[in-house]
Amino acid sequence: MQPPLIRAENLSIGHGTRVVARGIAFAVGPGDGVCVVGGNGAGKSTLLRTLLGLQPPLAGRIASDPSLRPGDIGYLPQSNPAHAGVPATAREVVLSGCQALRGLRPWFSRAERRLAEEALARFGAQELAGRPFRELSGGQRQRVRLARALCAGRRLLVLDEPVSGLDPGAAADLYRTLADLRREGRAVLSVTHDLPGGLADATHVLGLGPEPFFAPAAAWQRRARGVGLEGGAA
Amino acid sequence: MSALLETLREYLAYPFVQKALVAGPLVALAAALLGVTLVLRRLSYIGDSLSHVAFGSMAVAGALGFADRLALSLPLTVLCAVALLHSGRGAAIRGDAALAMLSVGAMALGYLLMNVFPGSSNVAGDVCTTLFGSTSILTLSPSDVWLCGALSGAVAVFFGLFRHRIFEIVFEPDFARAAGTRVGAWETLLAVLSAVVIVLAMRLVGTLLITALLVFPAVGAMRAFRSFRAVLLCASLVGVLGALAGILVSILAGTPVGSTVVAADIAACLVLTLAGGLRK
Repeated sequence: MQPPLIRAENLSIGHGTRVVARGIAFAVGPGDGVCVVGGNGAGKSTLLRTLLGLQPPLAGRIASDPSLRPGDIGYLPQSNPAHAGVPATAREVVLSGCQALRGLRPWFSRAERRLAEEALARFGAQELAGRPFRELSGGQRQRVRLARALCAGRRLLVLDEPVSGLDPGAAADLYRTLADLRREGRAVLSVTHDLPGGLADATHVLGLGPEPFFAPAAAWQRRARGVGLEGGAA
Repeated sequence: MSALLETLREYLAYPFVQKALVAGPLVALAAALLGVTLVLRRLSYIGDSLSHVAFGSMAVAGALGFADRLALSLPLTVLCAVALLHSGRGAAIRGDAALAMLSVGAMALGYLLMNVFPGSSNVAGDVCTTLFGSTSILTLSPSDVWLCGALSGAVAVFFGLFRHRIFEIVFEPDFARAAGTRVGAWETLLAVLSAVVIVLAMRLVGTLLITALLVFPAVGAMRAFRSFRAVLLCASLVGVLGALAGILVSILAGTPVGSTVVAADIAACLVLTLAGGLRK
């Protein structure tokens, strides 16, 4: 068993003094697919933001593998209409995921450009490369942003609602792609409302709510069948 | 036509015209580049407030008897830029009222101070110059030209070297933070550069018109072009050409320099908007 990339112990998350969720414990290692589930306001996005250091934890501990650098993490924030007006081609957006590779060099190398093209291709968006981002549809934008996260996340992908805006076919493709990426050794931590679709691919489930739990996906599905799935398969 | 050219040749022989023709486009270039980041981050109004702060701090410096008013005005404006940027986050409504109070307060107190401690016998003329930059660009010293040149060069090189980093921050700061970019430090740097450019641009177009140099080239470029690179290039070009055209026309037609430069920028913005519309 490989050591985990990120491990949380007795973690409390929230904003200011308002605790949204407490007692969270889990670990995600190379090749794992952890699916974060929970109702609205359960703290799913807050958990991702806390793990990424975008907001402070309220209590508990987050330990990450010392060799895991920020440049190894690809984050897909929840889609945000604010950036939709920025003039940029899809290629420019994806390339911006290669910052950590670029370092101080003022331009992107051929290898980085190839990486960006490959990332677009993995999400079936290679033909969008030259298109202006602001003229793409919601689903197309989402695929471009996923490709950017893939460029940035050589070891860990942190995805907030990755299937939002995708049609069912594209969502199924996305889950296949994520499974491939995990087999290549990447860890995937994703928040989803898409049940059971999002679970089919997960190795572990992290449930947020009054009683947080963390279990292998198979055990969680047995439990869900037993007690009835809260806010479940929509 | 030949008479116009003759007049132009005559004016171009004057050192003060030459200096204006060098410094003006350089400052406009820096303003256009920074304007792109301000417009995209929806901070255009902060640029406007900062120009009012620059006016107020110039008046304070005058009242305190500073020989070089930039020595006080520059640090004060930079300080405000950094403070505004950090207070603006996450407090949209409070930030909005704070900006309005700061803007109008700086203007009112600045005008008051200029009247109580008049720097010359012609207070109305001084105020008009500070607000609309009517003649100050024609009274630049060689050190002013060097300062503008050095600053614009620095801004242009900065954007050349770090355009990808700037794009990342403008586009989605949370993604950049998660990927290890020190977004706060970059934002502070952009705020400081913007404040410096605004203070220097006061000499070109005056307090009330600075925002035009920041916004029109950026908006025009964004309407016509679809990649970030093209937008940066186009905005720089509009800034430089607008300033050149404005200064030349104002010499020939005897119009105020600042408003003529702004009129040229507005025209360019309209043309680019039309061109962008036709492409669709």
